[in-house]
Amino acid sequence: MELYELTAHELMDKLAKAEVTSEEITKSYFDRIREKDGEVKAYVSIMEEEALSKARSVDEARKAGKSVSKYAGIPIGIKDNMCITGTKTTCSSKMLENFVAPYNATVIENLNKEDMVYLGKTNLDEFAMGSSTENSAFFNTRNPWDLDRVPGGSSGGSAAAVAADLAPWTLGSDTGGSIRQPSSLCGVVGFKPTYGLVSRYGLVAFASSLDQIGPITKDVTDSALLLNLLAGHDEKDSTSMNVEKKDYTKALINDVKGMKIGLPKEYIGEGINEEVKQAILAVAKKYEELGATVEECSFDVGKYATSVYYVIADAEASSNLGRFDGIRYGFRSEKYDNLKDIYKNSRSEGFGPEVKRRIMIGTYVLSSGYYDAYYKKAQKVRTVIKNSYNELFEKYDLLLTPVSPTTAFKIGEKSDNPLEMYLADICTVPVNIGGLPGMSIPCALDSNGLPIGFQLIGKAFNEETIIRAAYTYEQNSNFKENKPTFKGGNN
Amino acid sequence: MAISKEEVEHIAKLACLNLSEAEKERYAGDMTEILEFANMINSVNTDEVNETIGANENYNVFRKDEIVQTVDKESLLQNAPSQEDGMFQIPKVIN
Repeated sequence: MELYELTAHELMDKLAKAEVTSEEITKSYFDRIREKDGEVKAYVSIMEEEALSKARSVDEARKAGKSVSKYAGIPIGIKDNMCITGTKTTCSSKMLENFVAPYNATVIENLNKEDMVYLGKTNLDEFAMGSSTENSAFFNTRNPWDLDRVPGGSSGGSAAAVAADLAPWTLGSDTGGSIRQPSSLCGVVGFKPTYGLVSRYGLVAFASSLDQIGPITKDVTDSALLLNLLAGHDEKDSTSMNVEKKDYTKALINDVKGMKIGLPKEYIGEGINEEVKQAILAVAKKYEELGATVEECSFDVGKYATSVYYVIADAEASSNLGRFDGIRYGFRSEKYDNLKDIYKNSRSEGFGPEVKRRIMIGTYVLSSGYYDAYYKKAQKVRTVIKNSYNELFEKYDLLLTPVSPTTAFKIGEKSDNPLEMYLADICTVPVNIGGLPGMSIPCALDSNGLPIGFQLIGKAFNEETIIRAAYTYEQNSNFKENKPTFKGGNN
Repeated sequence: MAISKEEVEHIAKLACLNLSEAEKERYAGDMTEILEFANMINSVNTDEVNETIGANENYNVFRKDEIVQTVDKESLLQNAPSQEDGMFQIPKVIN
């Protein structure tokens, strides 16, 4: 087995036992990136020199017997909408193509404290707006299970990198499913924590009341290990909650006896692909065999979540992206005579088509005459959705749904129809509307050999129950035996 | 309710975007379709509920009003498309 095939916790064990050095691990990934990333195209930029230098210094410290973190020298890939000082943070946009971050995101500060090693920055839909990574201004990322298909999005680069062994784990961000949906389509574990658990400081803002950073990993153990580093209160993010610090690895318990799981019938019905539905029902059956009770329930208002989402997310995006003016940072058009032209032309030339579409919709729903009918109404329906979740969680510990209504679709299949693309998020969007934690766990392959994931949704700030149930499933199933085939790619 | 070209032009002006004729046509169609879909929310009864303000219970988060050195001026200016004497440079705005 090659080093790049191991999970992060397996790499940590090897480092602790001095069976391997961080330099060897890091080199193994860069060799793998050179071998495979030409096909997958997960990375926007790689950081080989800095990474190897960091790895060597960690190795020296370990060799000298100094006390180092167990995470020290473990490589990681970072979605390119999180700031690392002195490194380009492009958001896969022409607008930020040459932007060098002047500060670290708080999550990066947290990883730096543990002396982790950055492999590079991963591709995304421009400003994290999309479900296929086709909206990247630079290039498409391809799904390692079938190179003619999308990896999902917006954290498509981060999910594909983990699936293709181009990183042991990565960070993604999730506004409407951007960690979970690509994780499902790429057959890896993706975890969106409760809104407010992880600081958003230094994450380029898309929709501030929905955005959340989380781990994309090869297994549930790694997810818990990485969440331990990400979670925590941060004064620099006023929406970050001051909750008790937990050790999520304590929830890695192979036991779901007595757990109550709700199965909302709306997500195993119309609009869900039959193979996906059968896979979810098989997961439900497995949980019952393992001693949990699974009961069909109703989440009727969930059908409004995508509408609510595209009003609120686009409204917030149009406001957040107002900062791009061609003055202080970012792209500046060469065509201007006056200040107003700088603003207009820089924005028009710097933003791609989907970003402009969302700015237009967001501006419309906030504009005079439409504010009440769209934005205010959406915020009220958001309350209705949250109330419905609260009622369900009085009865259940977890909800079980698909992550994506279909497996990975072909590159170009939905890129001309924005609304159809938006519907790729129907199972994940409600979780962001509720501010709840949700995890995607791989469970099966469809008849085309493409991964299917299931989603566990938990109560706010109750990540442990999700981790425990996901871990139990993982220990009692064998999805891990499947490996991406890298088929296709001739188109 | 179809979004007209004039409405697209008005919204583009508010959003500080120049759109080509082709983009105006495209966005008029896309916005009509997406807003029609969004309109579904108007069938939900919300008489008894308030809007969600913020995603969690945090309300009025204060910090001490103290001057601290965050990021130095040079690294903040390094991304400016045009600068002079430690300041962002813009074209003349007063004739």
